[in-house]
Amino acid sequence: MAAIRILIADDNQVDRKILGRILQKQGNEVIEAVNGEEAVRLFHECKPEIVLLDVMMPVMDGKQAALQIKQVAGEEMVPVIFLTSLTDAYGLADCLESGGDDFLNKPYNPVVLEAKVHSFYRMREMHQTLQRQRDEIAIHNEHLMHEQEAAKAVFDNVAHQGCLSADNIRYLVSPLAVFNGDVLLAARQPSGAMNLLLGDFTGHGLPAAIGAMPLAEIFYGMTAKGFGVRDIIREVNSKLKTILPVGFFCCAVMVEMNFERKSASVWMGGVPDCYLFRKGSGELEVMTSNHLPLGVLGDGKFVDSLQEFNLEIGDRFLLWSDGILEARNPAGDMFGNERLHDVITQAADADRIFHDIKHAVDAFQGRAERDDDITLAEIAMVEPPQVEALARSQIQAAKSGPMDWSFSYELGPQSLGNFNPLPLVMHLLMEVPGLKSMSGQLYTVLAEMFSNAFEHGVLGLDSKLKSTPDGFMEYYQQRQQRIDALDDGFVRIRMNHEGNGLEGRLTVHFEDSGAGFDHVAMLNRRKAELADVGDQQYSGRGIPLMNQICESVEYMGKGNQVRAVIHWPQEQE
Amino acid sequence: MSVESMVSGDGQELTIQVSGRFDFSAHQAFRDAYETPASSGVRKFVVDLSGTSYLDSSALGMLLLLRDHAGGDTAEVSIVNCNQDVKKILAISNFEQLFAIQ
Repeated sequence: MAAIRILIADDNQVDRKILGRILQKQGNEVIEAVNGEEAVRLFHECKPEIVLLDVMMPVMDGKQAALQIKQVAGEEMVPVIFLTSLTDAYGLADCLESGGDDFLNKPYNPVVLEAKVHSFYRMREMHQTLQRQRDEIAIHNEHLMHEQEAAKAVFDNVAHQGCLSADNIRYLVSPLAVFNGDVLLAARQPSGAMNLLLGDFTGHGLPAAIGAMPLAEIFYGMTAKGFGVRDIIREVNSKLKTILPVGFFCCAVMVEMNFERKSASVWMGGVPDCYLFRKGSGELEVMTSNHLPLGVLGDGKFVDSLQEFNLEIGDRFLLWSDGILEARNPAGDMFGNERLHDVITQAADADRIFHDIKHAVDAFQGRAERDDDITLAEIAMVEPPQVEALARSQIQAAKSGPMDWSFSYELGPQSLGNFNPLPLVMHLLMEVPGLKSMSGQLYTVLAEMFSNAFEHGVLGLDSKLKSTPDGFMEYYQQRQQRIDALDDGFVRIRMNHEGNGLEGRLTVHFEDSGAGFDHVAMLNRRKAELADVGDQQYSGRGIPLMNQICESVEYMGKGNQVRAVIHWPQEQE
Repeated sequence: MSVESMVSGDGQELTIQVSGRFDFSAHQAFRDAYETPASSGVRKFVVDLSGTSYLDSSALGMLLLLRDHAGGDTAEVSIVNCNQDVKKILAISNFEQLFAIQ
């Protein structure tokens, strides 16, 4: 064992010398002080590892010296052993009370002395090891936090705000520095429809942030190209399944709001029950997750079936991850479903619900520690938002790009069932600078034409079904059944563009394999419908809108063909 | 939290019992329970949650890991004796699509 540096303080020279000699003989390095004051000074200078103090000394006694030495030593453990001839229990206990670690009785027994010195030295070493480990952990932790903050910053950039600040969205996300596993994204499709995704990754920190990044990229990238909830959720699932280790997944709810049609499609997997609040009736409809979380199933087994809703202005979805239900009060109780339900049903009016929930959870938590992530979002049905009018200058500056072109694209039964051609077609159109500023309107026109050709033409679904709420659901059920059984049919898209760089004309022609319809009679009916302003229709909204954008819309043949002509630049209203 | 496992007499079935809170702290013990040499001939896995008071999302992750270990889509894993709270968590996640829940 290496020499231990020991400070001894005793005003009795004989005692001090005897003790010093024993300790030196046992291989230690000894520093001598004649009173407490000198002991404190030498402690500063020599940094001994163990201190032996006589209790009664002139100038400064042992207890006083022990107090000061312990103060100087701070976090470092310096064992202080009192040397005493006291024998009464109170006197001995008092030594320890004043900061000593042990006492040694005079006269000294060398064997006991050596054992005590070694025992305390071991204790000191153990203490040092602990402190070193504690410091290392603190440094590691600091590193980790730093890395997670960086990950969070990267994630925040990828997952930016999107259109979360839109008037019809309200939301709450925990303002934690470290990524908490919850994701809230919202963005508009070119058509003006809105996609919103609320996700909750298993775990916190890095694994969650790593999964969240591709999720956000896919969400924004595909939304900008006009994809809806079905395609996006499938793509996200497939990506997460590929990159996340088994056992990591993302519970999610995704909503696609179609303001033109006053409808919404919802996919839910692994999130607790969410609500649809009907403003008109004040009813609360429960929406239950019917899918596994994202990233669990491979693409082949993944189910992308949606819950379809028709909505009125002011109806709103209330969405959350499990954080809000698991928020705890100081007593440790969870906020839970019942309280949440009560807050919503007791809200004075629809516009207060979000605020009331936020307030109730906050009040419930009180001063309790907030360890969980509370993510809460509300998205309401509103009048179709104005698609921002692009500056005319931008259109006029655009002289380049393809002007004279045409293409045709035919989709067979297999493609029709599971493929949305619109993003691809839009991509082609967006190459024409003059059309770029009209992307939203163009998308609306194409979406309308395609769904008419596919749903009413190829699938033969009756649009009248959609005019009642019950029929609306029935419509989507039939739609799925017929898609599953589809083994024949086509939709043919032909486009033709001509222009000179300053203006141009796009002709879009759709043809389908369906039986067609009496388009002359329908035209008359449409005119009548148009006159009926107080419409409660869930379908047929697209046509007046198309007439607004298109120079002409014409049905042809037996009603299975339609041609729309769009002229640009358009006068912005 | 405690995790105990038991292989049936014929060596075909492994029962894992989790008591208390089934959360991240059970991670290693749960994994050890099915990765033991004794479980090499096991075809059927039973997770007994009769003593489990609570289950969090990392526990769901562990169940997925067990399913993967047991052969993924061909795995025979059943989850038995769940209390109401646990059942609800499994239902929200639609885990009945992956596991036989009794």
